[in-house]
Amino acid sequence: MDLASAKEIGAGLAVIGLAGAGVGIGNIFAALVSGLARNPSARENVFGLAILGFALTEAVALYGLVIAFIILFV
Amino acid sequence: MAAEGHAIDALGQFQLHTVGSFIGASVNFTQANLMMVLSAGVVLALLHYGARPRAVIPGRLQALAELSYNFIHDMCTDQVGEEGKRFFPLVFALFFFILVGNLIGVWPYAFTFTSHIATTFALALLVMVLTTVVALRLHGWKFFSYFVPSGVPKLLLPLLVPIEILSYLSRLVSLSVRLFANMMAGHVMLEVFGAFIVMLGAAGALFWGPAALCLATDVALIGFEFLVAVLQAYVFAVLTCIYLHDAVHLH
Repeated sequence: MDLASAKEIGAGLAVIGLAGAGVGIGNIFAALVSGLARNPSARENVFGLAILGFALTEAVALYGLVIAFIILFV
Repeated sequence: MAAEGHAIDALGQFQLHTVGSFIGASVNFTQANLMMVLSAGVVLALLHYGARPRAVIPGRLQALAELSYNFIHDMCTDQVGEEGKRFFPLVFALFFFILVGNLIGVWPYAFTFTSHIATTFALALLVMVLTTVVALRLHGWKFFSYFVPSGVPKLLLPLLVPIEILSYLSRLVSLSVRLFANMMAGHVMLEVFGAFIVMLGAAGALFWGPAALCLATDVALIGFEFLVAVLQAYVFAVLTCIYLHDAVHLH
């Protein structure tokens, strides 16, 4: 296998981890929805936390993406 | 990434070049530095013109300045506690510098200085060194007990202490890469879909439908970029507060 194809396959492998981030973000909002369904008045306190969790989880996905970019372009 | 001869130049937009003719070139003043000066100027202008009227019933600009002051003040006192007031200027400066920098970056043709790891790493290093110095000054040698989790069997300590130290040091990486990766990935996405529009548009009238779809995606992505810009500045500031809380209270 030549280096160019190996790089592209490696970049593809590097973003497999994004599946986990997808599960994580889904979990966060599932918990938010069920939490708000049980206690709608908690929205003010909970919503900010959910958004914070979303941002932190999304960042984990982007670590994988950055690795893919490093493999491809650097 | 060559696609039938066309190349999507996804990272070319992050190329630095000097501005300000020969004066800028002689001191290596790049467009990233220009944007940093600009965003600092915007924050200073907001506070200067916002605080000047000193009206009891604030106007729009004064309300914005007061709201932003309150927002960060509440964040500091909520996360760190009463001691948080001492760190209010730092968190305020960090938050608004990053926020304005991110938001300026969404403007067409403007440059996002937070999309460079050098910038975000410098900011994260500042936070990291500051929290460590604060912890050492407040607690002295007791600071190192931070790495020894309480209530675990002694047998596990040789395993856990290195992990704690590693997780403390990895804050530096996670804090800087989070902001950098978010801003970079967002702009790469915009660039890639922009290139799709051009390629599909040039491929003939049959492909104008998909090209329009890509344009719609790009518009949606710009909206998403605004969300990410605000969110990442907020996350950076909140994490700074959380690290300061750890430094002040140790656990």
